[in-house]
Amino acid sequence: MASRMGQWGNDLYTGRRSYDIVGHRKRWFVVAAALVLLSSALLISRGLNLGIAFRGGSEFTVPSVTTTDQQPALDAVASIEGAEPPRVSVVGTDTIRVQTSSLTDVQTSSLKQALATAYGVDVVDVDSSFVGPQWGQDVTSKALRALVIFLVLVSLVLTVYFRDWRMAAAGLVALVHDVILTVGVYAAVGWEVTPATVIGFLTILGYSLYDTVVVFDKVRENVRGVVKQKRFTYSEMANLALNQTLVRSINTSIVAVLPVAAILFIGAFLLGAGTLRDIALALFVGILVGTFSSVFLATPLLTWMKDQDEEFAAHNATVLAARAAAPQGQESRVRVGALVPGEHLGNRAQPRRPSRTPGRRP
Amino acid sequence: MRTLVTLSVLVTGLMAVLLAGTRWSDATITPGLALDLEGGTEIILHPVAEGGQQVTPDAIKEAIDIIRSRVDASGVAEAEITSQGRDNIVVALPGEPDEATLALVRESAQMVFRPVLVVAAPTPTASATPTATPTATPTAAPAADPTAAPAADATATPTAEPAASPAADVTPTDPSDLAWLTDALLAEFEALDCTDPANLSGGAARMGDPAKAIVTCDESGTAKYALGPVEVRGDMMTGASSGLESLPGGGLGTKWITTVSFDGAGTVAFRDATTRLKDLESPRDQFGIVLDGLVVSAPQVHEIIPTGEAIISGTFTRDTAATLARQLNFGALPLTFDVQSEAQISATLGSEQLQRGMLAGLIGLILVGVYSLAQYRALGLVTIMSLITAAVLAYLAITTLSWLQGYRLSLPGVAALIVAIGITADSFIVYFERIKDELREGRTLTAAIDQGWARAQRTILASDAVSFLAAVVLYFLAVGGVRGFAFTLGLTTLIDLLVVFMFTHPVMVLISRHRFFADGHPFSGLDPGLLGARSRYVGRGRVATATEPADRRREPMPAAADAGQIGTERLTIAERKAAQRRAAEADQARIEGEDA
Repeated sequence: MASRMGQWGNDLYTGRRSYDIVGHRKRWFVVAAALVLLSSALLISRGLNLGIAFRGGSEFTVPSVTTTDQQPALDAVASIEGAEPPRVSVVGTDTIRVQTSSLTDVQTSSLKQALATAYGVDVVDVDSSFVGPQWGQDVTSKALRALVIFLVLVSLVLTVYFRDWRMAAAGLVALVHDVILTVGVYAAVGWEVTPATVIGFLTILGYSLYDTVVVFDKVRENVRGVVKQKRFTYSEMANLALNQTLVRSINTSIVAVLPVAAILFIGAFLLGAGTLRDIALALFVGILVGTFSSVFLATPLLTWMKDQDEEFAAHNATVLAARAAAPQGQESRVRVGALVPGEHLGNRAQPRRPSRTPGRRP
Repeated sequence: MRTLVTLSVLVTGLMAVLLAGTRWSDATITPGLALDLEGGTEIILHPVAEGGQQVTPDAIKEAIDIIRSRVDASGVAEAEITSQGRDNIVVALPGEPDEATLALVRESAQMVFRPVLVVAAPTPTASATPTATPTATPTAAPAADPTAAPAADATATPTAEPAASPAADVTPTDPSDLAWLTDALLAEFEALDCTDPANLSGGAARMGDPAKAIVTCDESGTAKYALGPVEVRGDMMTGASSGLESLPGGGLGTKWITTVSFDGAGTVAFRDATTRLKDLESPRDQFGIVLDGLVVSAPQVHEIIPTGEAIISGTFTRDTAATLARQLNFGALPLTFDVQSEAQISATLGSEQLQRGMLAGLIGLILVGVYSLAQYRALGLVTIMSLITAAVLAYLAITTLSWLQGYRLSLPGVAALIVAIGITADSFIVYFERIKDELREGRTLTAAIDQGWARAQRTILASDAVSFLAAVVLYFLAVGGVRGFAFTLGLTTLIDLLVVFMFTHPVMVLISRHRFFADGHPFSGLDPGLLGARSRYVGRGRVATATEPADRRREPMPAAADAGQIGTERLTIAERKAAQRRAAEADQARIEGEDA
């Protein structure tokens, strides 16, 4: 596996094998736009299923239980139709407290019954009440304010670092795309949004930018002085950078997604650790989408913006004109690759006297 | 390698400090866990408004905000504060909070108006030099000026002290009498340090005896005050609002003001107080508005206010005016909290559930190890070792911080740690891929590491800087669970840098001296041949051609000589010539064959 991957990476690096990602940028833009629209539509039509922490919910207390295992309560809530995974805790020594999202009267009474059966207490002893949101409005508003300030700062930092505002802009577009898609998946799945999920979304924000910066750093290296030569366009050099960092992108996303996927699939589905599934899903989707966007969205968007610029449009024209005027007119494709050094040929590379006697080799 | 030694000294040092801490202090070798992972203490408070008034939902909200700011200021990580039912407040604190923290939560927050006796800079002074604040902004309306920042005034005019000493044993005649400043109180005033956050946490203990003078700090820690006995209580207010000042002509001005109104008793008390204060010298013409033990504003009295409607103006923005109005409103309806119950609660995330989740995460980590071994061969070991180093560092840092700073690891923190695996591993991947790129260009391993490091370093620094920026901004601007997450993210980003610079790179340099790696053993993950480098300089004027077969070495092929497979490629002159030569040789061989 490694050798084939190594060979493949090698081909990608030298440009012997190259995926024309930038060339098909319209296709990626359409895909990304469609996904964003779909997510937005889902968000608007279905909305997010905000959890008890945001909206408040119902609280049940089961006093004088003989066992303080939490599993019976989880099973009892799971048996109620339409109930989200609850927060179960032990209060004092022998009281079980179950907090769920807001329930209807029918659900409330059947959950009371289920809890009473599960813990073997009388149903009248099971108490229910309403609890308020713990994630108050000020937590949300402060987090949002922090987010806006972060985005402004990060665009400044990226603009200064890359000395190119377009890179910052493309990075931010990719970021927005990632967050909308991740939130959209949440709306589609309909799982409860908990504070942990929100933290997951914030994590995705950081990861998406991080990934984009790594790819852009290679792009910047490749396009340094691109206008001073006439063989390749900016887009072609950027595409080479994408190909050269493709192995990195794949390896990084696999390494990053493996623990998350393990928690999501092995943990949540096989072992039944439902409480971790919300954050795991947000991270899982976010990491995949983040990798996709830094390769297929951010860089193509960057080249598109560059092509709109007069200086680079003129350079593109020069390169294409030079290429058309090249003697070998039959070529359809130009290989863009890293410079590979020639081989040391010893004296065989020297010019030699043509041999006069046929049949005798020098 | 010196850096490796430094790193191991660092790790051992941290461990030693921690062990010493467990031995002689209250440190533990496991990090403190937050409410969602460990459970804690839950207190149910029932707010009671004085005079049996109805407690409004807004007042409950204010009370939750006040409790949250008290708890946050005391350094307890991630307390959960919610309302329950219609008028209960539930406060859940992680672990087993000490008595002081519990008291902080249970206390009521009251507001009083006290006359200012002395104002001084916030730091302790050897001889109390009360700073007068000569601000006399003439205003038409019965307005007052909050001059709560006397620290800016350099002119120290000790107006209070001379008067205080002779009056020490004289019974004060009115609340503004400097005779309240007994020697004991002055000593306390001198010693008070308002730059210490511990003195800014507020609480009922700071409210003091209403009939006596007190010393306290400004809310922002920019000044300290000695205040006379209470003149107007918060519950004598009927309400407060903020808005733009109204001009005498009837229009709206551009200055933001806060308006306070008093009830019957309040109007009388306030009129009497303003009558006396108006003619006093500065700073004794100021009111100290004390909420929850701290001075939130200290307006100067310019006129007698007989109507029970006072206007506080000054350098307000819309937000600060609104904040003051909100604080005054809360003060108008002071709440005391009855503790209804206090009980231990278990973790809200089921413990069995969490263990399963952790098990799954561990499986994921093993998969990461397997993948990097498959992908990078022996280099995968470097990745695994680096990740282990990072994990040890993170564990030590978190445990030390939970001991020294009261940091507690919560589920969001765990999420940050999981994502940190990806970001940390990415640094190595970026680095390794760079080294490979350099090997492909025909460099020796040592040179490739030098060159690759120089380039990878920049990428790693830039991308980590972005992560760190996110962490810092979120930490300083957000509250609650978001802060815990931001803290962990920032910590792991720093650890990532530390590990890459002080472990991975030195280890790479070290192993590059070993023949197994330097010669590019197939299992080292650094085989130049596999990486497609066709030749490399091995010194002494010789060039090694890594894995090219012997016969191909005799007849070298230029970079894209297998152009036959890639037909559309552009041929270089050398490639064309080589092709011609091969064709000619083939002809030659055929001729020779015919000759034979």
